[in-house]
Amino acid sequence: MQPDPARPTANATATGGAALGAVPEAVKPASRNRHGRFLRSFGSFLAVLFLTYLGLLAVTFFIGRVMPIDPVLAIVGDRAPEHVIARVREELGLNKPLWQQFYIYLSKVAQGDFGTSVLTSNPVMQDIRRTFPATIELATLGIVIGAGLGVPLGVWAAVRRGGVVDQIVRVLGLIGYSVPIFWLGLMGLVLFYAKLGWVGGPGRVDVTYEYTLTPVTGFLLIDAARAGQWDAFGNVLSHLILPASLLGYFSLAYISRMTRSFMLNELAQEYVVAARAKGLSETRIIWAHALRNAMVPLVTVIALSYAGLLEGSVLTETVFAWPGLGLYITNSLQNADMNAVLGGTLVVGSVFIGLNLLSDLLYKLLDPRTRVR
Amino acid sequence: MKTSPRFPALPRSFTRRTLCAGAAAAMLASFSPASLAATPKDTLVIAWAMDDIITMDPGEAFEISAGEVMGNSYDRLLRYEVADPSKLVSDLASSWAVSSDGKTYTFELKPNLKFASGNPMTAEDVAFSFARAVQIDKSPAFILTQFGLTKANVAEKVKATGPLTLTFETDKSYAPTFVYNCLTANVASVVDKKLVMSKEVNGDLGYAWLKTNYAGSGPLKLREWRANEVVALERNDNYWGEKSKMTRVLYRHVKEASSQRLQLEKGDIDIARNLSPEDLAALASNKSIKTTSTPKGTVYYIGMNQKNPNLAKPEVREALKWLVDYGAIGDTLIKNIGMVHQNFMPVGLLGASKEQPYKLDVDKAKALLAKAGLPNGFKLTIDMRTTQPVQGITEAFQQTAKRAGVEIEILPGDGKQTLTKYRARTHDMYIGQWGADYWDPHTNATFVQNPDNSDEAKAKPLAWRNAWATPELTKKADAAVLERDAGKRKLMYEEMQADFLKNSPFIMLYQQLETSALRSDVNNFKIGPTSDSTYMFKVTK
Repeated sequence: MQPDPARPTANATATGGAALGAVPEAVKPASRNRHGRFLRSFGSFLAVLFLTYLGLLAVTFFIGRVMPIDPVLAIVGDRAPEHVIARVREELGLNKPLWQQFYIYLSKVAQGDFGTSVLTSNPVMQDIRRTFPATIELATLGIVIGAGLGVPLGVWAAVRRGGVVDQIVRVLGLIGYSVPIFWLGLMGLVLFYAKLGWVGGPGRVDVTYEYTLTPVTGFLLIDAARAGQWDAFGNVLSHLILPASLLGYFSLAYISRMTRSFMLNELAQEYVVAARAKGLSETRIIWAHALRNAMVPLVTVIALSYAGLLEGSVLTETVFAWPGLGLYITNSLQNADMNAVLGGTLVVGSVFIGLNLLSDLLYKLLDPRTRVR
Repeated sequence: MKTSPRFPALPRSFTRRTLCAGAAAAMLASFSPASLAATPKDTLVIAWAMDDIITMDPGEAFEISAGEVMGNSYDRLLRYEVADPSKLVSDLASSWAVSSDGKTYTFELKPNLKFASGNPMTAEDVAFSFARAVQIDKSPAFILTQFGLTKANVAEKVKATGPLTLTFETDKSYAPTFVYNCLTANVASVVDKKLVMSKEVNGDLGYAWLKTNYAGSGPLKLREWRANEVVALERNDNYWGEKSKMTRVLYRHVKEASSQRLQLEKGDIDIARNLSPEDLAALASNKSIKTTSTPKGTVYYIGMNQKNPNLAKPEVREALKWLVDYGAIGDTLIKNIGMVHQNFMPVGLLGASKEQPYKLDVDKAKALLAKAGLPNGFKLTIDMRTTQPVQGITEAFQQTAKRAGVEIEILPGDGKQTLTKYRARTHDMYIGQWGADYWDPHTNATFVQNPDNSDEAKAKPLAWRNAWATPELTKKADAAVLERDAGKRKLMYEEMQADFLKNSPFIMLYQQLETSALRSDVNNFKIGPTSDSTYMFKVTK
């Protein structure tokens, strides 16, 4: 590929690094064929992906190393004699210069070796395979609840602006924003678990099933269903429902507010007036026309909420004794278990990148304008 | 295009937070369990904050939670009597004796012992286990190597002289109680040589495998450990002694004390291990729940760095000891979880002093400060972990010290973070705790023993961390370890404690009391003084 003569260098430096990435696409020669354009955009996507990961790892790695915690201490404890401490420091490669440590780490990652967590003694990826399904299960149910209720509520609030539903949505949103999730979780447990006995308590499953239900996929709902243990399935669900509702509620608070404002924006558009003039039913105008347009930005909101939940909610996981990813990363961070933290960061980063990509693809599906150039 | 505000203004007229807090308080107050979901009759379920576990290898395990699992699943030659920890009792050894020169110990194993795997146990397994712990050389290895064992000589010093006879040679003639006490520790657990060696990779003595697996002979065997999730133990039917009453013992990792309490009240767990003083107080009126507590070998203290010129003055050190409101702390902050204790030897160990001369006395402290040339007080920092009750105690100390003009700035941090700083001797004051590594007074000699006070010193005992040079006390502590007469040995520790109480740069605060709450149908649950002596295999329900 030849260097682009049209690129105005002075301008690029003035607008900064962020604009640099956008320049080649904007000034692309019109003669390029479709195929080349695809390859080129795919290549730049890969480059951006690579740089994102590298940046993510570099920042996490160096923050981890400047933390005022001695990682050796976390492994051998306070009582170990000096020669043990020195040996472990060497084993971990901590006596080498920082850049060398980072290089060693990167080259191992490139080979698919994410190292071993010092806290759990397991390979980091094995730990993540164990903790991530717990979080995915929780987050997925959470976002289903959040989006499934949040979008209709938001639409309703926008349509009946200033009405009872609008007020309810507003109060729900306010509480969702302002009440600490930790506290709400505990209150949920007190009420629904301890007092009413409607749901299971902390943990993913009752003790009785701890021995009978063997985790295969790590998604206990799927495992129970595959084994045909429907009583176990019900039990898992009863443990899942409260923390999932809690997470769902928090994303509902956000999603419904956003839906409401997107919908208000759409309902004020001229095409809505035109549709009404043509005599279309109000239901059709709202759900088939206005919402369809509002869906475009909404997809990003929902995808990012989902990504946020997949990161693992440390507080929720603490209250509900949920062995998920958030708790795993936090616990590792507190013990300077950097392999685990880096591995976890990579996974979380991938989730964000993946969901961003997915919402980009959904854009194209929902909005024909983004398909045609 | 018309624009509309994306975020319509939110009403700000009243705070819903206050309203919710009120509602919650009312809900908690009226709380009573509606129905009970009992745990299975043959299964004991324990909620426990056990995120400290990093290994299941007795040669490496040195954390509190792992210690308890080891105590239940691995046998050793001797144990001590939980009801009276100064008394030794037989475990695998049927008899034990020491030679007249005090350097050779002989142990006779019980006949027909078997591991959980079914492999027979001989003296060879014991010798292997000791050698293995010395060879892999992890944190607790010093408990064995302090008797002169090295990687090179361990095969010579610890050997099977018959199928059931083991001899153990020490480099000096130590106090026999000291040697026996150390052999009750987890690191002296006996592992299944045949099984472990079959899992060996690259000459690691099975280290990689045993980290997450099990090769013991104890009353309970480890079925599974999932970090930060669960430790599952099962009855070992090959156990030589009385079999466990419980078929299964399940520890579930529940970090949050309130969650533990809810589950206990509900009957979803049998024992809650990490309740706060508030939780325990609230449970006192619940008839279906009882509590039990035991003084542990852990003492809490404030260390004063002698590199700080003010703290190096003896009058200042003493003045600060008079500026702690021990009574108030004992009645509130550590109620049910600690008892005021003012010396470095925890109650229960040989010669522990119960004397408590210090109390809050601001005038006395002021007079001492004036004598030290600081009539208007001075400024100090203290490094503190942000956990309770340490945080509350530090804040209380800050208040009382202020009354004598001592301005204390609190530097909060994470545990590992404050410890890193403490070990670098860059603190003014540090609030921390020390737990016994094994059940012998020598384990706490760290408070007084400081063979090398230079910054490059190899060993970092607590006296060193506070830059306290103690040539006399170090000599005394060294001598006490070699004193074969138990009565004289006790006297020596008493002398050290008298000296310590007056002159040390340590404000001793309290001794930990471990309290658990359990369902009333659970019986024979007794918390041991060390982490490895809380025996779940004795529990019935």
